Amino acid sequence: MTSFLQNLVNAMQWGSFYALIALGYSMVYGVLMLFNFAHGDVFMVGAYIGFFVSSGLVALSALGMLALPGWLVLTLTIIITMFLTSFVGMLVERVGYRPLRGAPRASAAITGLMIGIILETGNLALLGAERISFPALIETTTYDIGGVFVTNKKIMIVGVSLLLMFALHQFVQRTKWGMAMRAMAYDFIVVPLMGVSINTIAALTFALGSGLAAAAGILFGVAYPVLDPYMGILFGWKAFVAAILGGRGSILGAALAGFLLGFIEIFVAAIFPSTLRDLIAYSIILLILTFRPHGFFGEAYSAKLRL
Amino acid sequence: MKQFKMIAFLLIVVFVLAACGPAAPDTIKVGINAPITGDIPKVGEGSKYAAEMWLADIEAVGGLEVGGKTYNVELVIEDNESKAESATKANTKMITQDEVLVIVGPQSSKQAVPAGDVANNYETPMVSPWSTNPNTTLDRPWVFRGCFLDPFQGPVVANFVTEEFGFTKAAVLYDVASDYPKGLAENFKDAWESVHGEGSVVAYESFTTKDTDFSAQLTTIINSGAEFFFAPQYYNEVALIVQQAHELGWDAPIVGSDSWGSAETVELCGEDCYGLFFSTHYAAAGATGATKEFIDRYEAEHGYVPDDVGALTWDTLHLVQQAIESCGEITGDIAADRQCVRDALASITDFEGITGNMTFTEEGDPIKCAVIVRISDTGEYEFYKSACP
Repeated sequence: MTSFLQNLVNAMQWGSFYALIALGYSMVYGVLMLFNFAHGDVFMVGAYIGFFVSSGLVALSALGMLALPGWLVLTLTIIITMFLTSFVGMLVERVGYRPLRGAPRASAAITGLMIGIILETGNLALLGAERISFPALIETTTYDIGGVFVTNKKIMIVGVSLLLMFALHQFVQRTKWGMAMRAMAYDFIVVPLMGVSINTIAALTFALGSGLAAAAGILFGVAYPVLDPYMGILFGWKAFVAAILGGRGSILGAALAGFLLGFIEIFVAAIFPSTLRDLIAYSIILLILTFRPHGFFGEAYSAKLRL
Repeated sequence: MKQFKMIAFLLIVVFVLAACGPAAPDTIKVGINAPITGDIPKVGEGSKYAAEMWLADIEAVGGLEVGGKTYNVELVIEDNESKAESATKANTKMITQDEVLVIVGPQSSKQAVPAGDVANNYETPMVSPWSTNPNTTLDRPWVFRGCFLDPFQGPVVANFVTEEFGFTKAAVLYDVASDYPKGLAENFKDAWESVHGEGSVVAYESFTTKDTDFSAQLTTIINSGAEFFFAPQYYNEVALIVQQAHELGWDAPIVGSDSWGSAETVELCGEDCYGLFFSTHYAAAGATGATKEFIDRYEAEHGYVPDDVGALTWDTLHLVQQAIESCGEITGDIAADRQCVRDALASITDFEGITGNMTFTEEGDPIKCAVIVRISDTGEYEFYKSACP
């Protein structure tokens, strides 16, 4: 029982990353009907920007120019990095996707792959191949709850992820911008005729998705403080799986599927020989898709952005 | 008509070139196959720096003297991106295009095992400084190494833990997709079970390269009743494994292998790694003689204490140098010269390196000692014990 609960806690943390990244995939698909394959690498860029922002803040504190406690530095890092990375997302959209808006779908898909490679190798050229150690902003405290070990980091990671998902939900449901996004998702031929600029909405969607990926990047740095230029590839693939599993274009579905993916991976590794983890985990997902080809919340021939 | 002229011209060029034949060259080319980028760039950096220091020494005396003639030495450094396929490609390129006399590298077994096959097929001597997996040199007369083997290292670790802590239950966490951790994990398991009996390895957990979350495997290990666990992983994973184990409430020892010896392990891992033990090729703290000279010089030039890869690459290049020198003559016929260097390498006995003395066996593996290192409370690699075959 203890080991079940312990793995449940492990899975909550692991699923948070998939969920946050999957949201970006899903939103872009919902609104623009395309998959942004560079999204995993935007996550990587977010983690690196987070590294520089937090290192900068720590350095300022060390110089005595700022006197901030660790949690405040982390909060500021998340906010500043989300802001900065959303510009990276908008740049990706402006450079990679906008010129190809009328182009065949396949061209847009490979654009994402190419931008991903450019981001990875650009990082490699700029910073070299050395691993970067993400600064420890908060002291790790471990709580022993009846044999289940929970750290303050884990609580923080899951909490911040849920908070961001809730904020996204509110934004999409309750603001005018959110309404414009939903309208665009409903019909991106007619809605622009009503005076809603598709370019603005596309940029907004990329900005939101990238902001969430950046938050995931920082939380990842807090939990697994070793960053490398290729860290986004596998995460991107797996989050993409989560986005499909959730139902294309469905935000709630992407979030739930992200967590589900985390649970499956952790529990397969815990129950079966860990060597077979991905083999069994992704066979399970394949099986789910066989019975629900449109994912949990997806509908046939519909890409409505629903919550 | 034009085409005919072109073909005639090309034919003339070919004949003229062919007529030149093998002329004695002025330059000896040595290939370095190293992971400059990829998963373990610090390993590539250490290899490159050690090679450049070796080259600087040779250039300082005007070149390498073989049989009364002085040759320039050129290093051909190829990046294998820490990938098996790139390592074989790099070897093929260096052997067929650059026509190197001998190859040093690749470092880790994941690349050295497949790359050794290429070198052996092309009959070019290759010496891997750091690859401890037996398959690198197995049935390959052209492939050598500068370090001990995993079937030796596994029992060293098992015996050390038994003697030092008196433990009887072990766990292992390793990367199943990489030759080195996989081979060593098996060697360790065999050695441990031969001492403590069947079933004394209570958890044998694995993951695959690029994984960052080990919480499920670690939870299994913690609940298995193991008294310590062995993690034969590279430095980037060591930091993550050790920190996550501590966060899950693990406070028993974690023991490592020579792949922990990188200069970057402590930098990434921090205080979590202090007080842990691992087996390796040499201990930098407290070194004397030629070893200390090398360490001091490396640190002065590059700002950090060289890791085992740097020291082994240094030794390997001197082995290669000794083999070339003892050849007596460089004929310019690359096949004959390669054969000569191979034979010279195979007959080296009692070579005094900075990582210990080496004598080569039939298989191209040196007989040499291992050391157990403790990571001190300031993050230095302290000599703790040595274990000789």
